[in-house]
Amino acid sequence: MGQFASFADFLAMGKHGLYVWLSYGIFLAIILYNVISVVINQRLFFKDAKRRLRREQNS
Amino acid sequence: MKIKFPRWFYQLASPKWFYEISGKLLPWFVVATVLLMSVGLVWGLVFAPQDYQQGQSFRIIYIHVPSSILAQSCYMLMAIAGAVGLIWKIKMAHVVAKCAAPIGASIAVMSLATGAVWGKPTWGAWWVWDARLTAMLVLLFLYIGVIALTSAFENEASGDKAAAVLSLVGLVNIPIIKYSVEWWNTLHQPATFTITEKPAMPPEMWIPLLIMVLAFYGFFAVVLMARARTETLQREKRTDWVKTLVEEY
Repeated sequence: MGQFASFADFLAMGKHGLYVWLSYGIFLAIILYNVISVVINQRLFFKDAKRRLRREQNS
Repeated sequence: MKIKFPRWFYQLASPKWFYEISGKLLPWFVVATVLLMSVGLVWGLVFAPQDYQQGQSFRIIYIHVPSSILAQSCYMLMAIAGAVGLIWKIKMAHVVAKCAAPIGASIAVMSLATGAVWGKPTWGAWWVWDARLTAMLVLLFLYIGVIALTSAFENEASGDKAAAVLSLVGLVNIPIIKYSVEWWNTLHQPATFTITEKPAMPPEMWIPLLIMVLAFYGFFAVVLMARARTETLQREKRTDWVKTLVEEY
């Protein structure tokens, strides 16, 4: 497929497999960090705001 | 003299309007980003030819070049947003500047780290004190400085202003990064893409790279919008429209 004879060949990336996959690992980690932190921030906001709103309504 | 801006400019300054319009745009940007990124990654990793000197480690450029370009564009956006906030006192501009900083910092880390991993097999060293690399490291420190300054003040508005001033001063680093490969004798190769000349690579190498650059911009638009939405709610939490949103959540 593509430039590679087999899947093993694709994973090996010539003799640069370690470097290529390490780079793409860093890429994936940073993309995921950005997405996850956005989702967590949003959830935290709504949880906090809801609690605050309920407290205000009770008092 | 009083400058008159079109209506959308003022609407953009309205937090509620921003929240509504970004909610409508966001899904489209997510779809476009996922499509571009899948095409770019498969093309770059599987179908693009290998480099005759660098072999397969050349494939690292499909994330290194886009992240380097984005790290700089993001900085410029942050500085411009800061300036707009300072000059016209638009609070949404400060929201954008504040949200761009951590994204930009993470992308600068990506650029530096993937560059280091590429440097090892290609140059024989993870890091060299080359002009381009050093200027990129300064960019990361500027981002960290902006993030720290934003949260260093009790008063939110003071933090916004201080961060905007620092990001404007740091803007001087952007042309230094760009021209570092021309001004100094550096190990780093010159720009891959220029507006005036054709790329030195064959199209089957640079088309996937261009797709990845677009994918990175799309990704940036998605996370920046999403972050800015939450930050907007946070800052407007005492308004009625945010309270209604929270009740309905």
